[in-house]
Amino acid sequence: MTTIERSTWATKVGLARMLAGGVIMDVVTAEHARIAEEAGAVAVMALERVPSDIRKFGGVARMSDPKLINEIKAAVSIPVMAKCRIGHFAEAQVLESLEVDYIDESEVLTPADEEHHIDKHVFKVPFVCGCRDLGEALRRIGEGAAMIRTKGEAGTGDIVEAVRHMRAVQAGIRRLASMRDDELFAAAKELRAPYEVVKQTAELGALPVPNFSAGGVATPADASLMRQLGAEAVFVGSGIFKSEDPERYAKAIVRATTHFDNPDILAEVSTGLGAPMLGISSGEIPPEERLAVRGW
Amino acid sequence: MSQPDRPRRIGVLAVQGAVREHVAAITDIGAVPVEVRLPRDLVDLDALVLPGGESTTMRRMIDAYGLREPVRAMAAGGSPVLGTCAGMILLASGIDDGDEPVLAALDIAVRRNAYGRQLDSFEADLEVPAIGPEPLHAVFIRAPVVTDIGAGVEVLARDPDGRPVAVRQGRVLATAFHPELTTDRRIHRLLLTSIEAPAERPA
Repeated sequence: MTTIERSTWATKVGLARMLAGGVIMDVVTAEHARIAEEAGAVAVMALERVPSDIRKFGGVARMSDPKLINEIKAAVSIPVMAKCRIGHFAEAQVLESLEVDYIDESEVLTPADEEHHIDKHVFKVPFVCGCRDLGEALRRIGEGAAMIRTKGEAGTGDIVEAVRHMRAVQAGIRRLASMRDDELFAAAKELRAPYEVVKQTAELGALPVPNFSAGGVATPADASLMRQLGAEAVFVGSGIFKSEDPERYAKAIVRATTHFDNPDILAEVSTGLGAPMLGISSGEIPPEERLAVRGW
Repeated sequence: MSQPDRPRRIGVLAVQGAVREHVAAITDIGAVPVEVRLPRDLVDLDALVLPGGESTTMRRMIDAYGLREPVRAMAAGGSPVLGTCAGMILLASGIDDGDEPVLAALDIAVRRNAYGRQLDSFEADLEVPAIGPEPLHAVFIRAPVVTDIGAGVEVLARDPDGRPVAVRQGRVLATAFHPELTTDRRIHRLLLTSIEAPAERPA
């Protein structure tokens, strides 16, 4: 009687909407994944190394071994995401065949293409991509990203870049929303983004897909800060499993993300947590080692 | 008892999930949305919505801040409640994978993610006679399946394979799909209407 349509745009964006208000945690083992789920993570990102270790070890960072991804999928019932390199559509095809729930075309891995991102419309699995400003966000949405995350500077535990990128995106949206219709053509040119997506964003006064924050969240207060600046959810990479007590940190950051506007609860969950990840100030990172500049 | 002049206040459990979309739907039907994160937010509500999201996360946050008992008492006391997707799981009195029920306010058993992973998320048109003859376009995301139904539970809609995807018991209403993701507001209106309707005897 009725037809069923799978993997539509509405289901791709819809899953992102279901993750709102939650925390997506980087995990490198099935055991980490279980700790994350137990603490209340809404999804996990399956990785071989968290970003701070990718920085430390150097070399070429690639998609994770399918064995690891399958182990993590088997360990938890929440959605499992995995990363492929920018432009590496063959890695994305492998991740789709593994039936991950979201693919992150990520600057944290070594880019495979310095000109083209993946055409994400041709995939059934939804994609999330990073951005530093509104133009980058809208270019990724034009290519088919169903979720955007501001990049921050992954693996640092320093929130400054995440704040910079989120403020840039939000200020860009406010500017678009204030424009006359006939000014949007020039805005699209300036943003180097498709006109249709620019127009939609101006009309909505918001990105047409959910906007999350990543890169540098290390404490409950960091999570609250990003939510108050407009992030609908928070990705936490090295911040949890590089802290002194990952289980407590995971729980505290989950609670801080829900109760981001309640300073009493933030004070309570921040009390006696132990040391956060040590981190490095993003200003100390030489320009050629910055991950956020990857993406075009 | 009814005060038609006062706009109805409908709470949305806002610990995680598609809160914003339900808030928009409630505003569209002329009621006042109230985000619920703590027990004190439940005061003076006419109805409550449990949104889509991750049920494992919502379960933990409900318990962490003492919401389980007051929400259960609200449903048991006859207040209208709508649960969508994860919200249906929270309401169910049985969960097949061995997880303990959360609110047990609706006499159904569910299996989580029973349609499969994200690749199996889908859209379909459903016949829902309770809201009118026009089919309802429904979005299912990693949706649960209802595997068992108690005697007092009414099936409002079935998926194309004949499985129940919208059910009602007294004033407790649940859908496996996400009415908050589309612009059709008939499911939310059904909740609003049940505030006005005389209490039915739970079967």
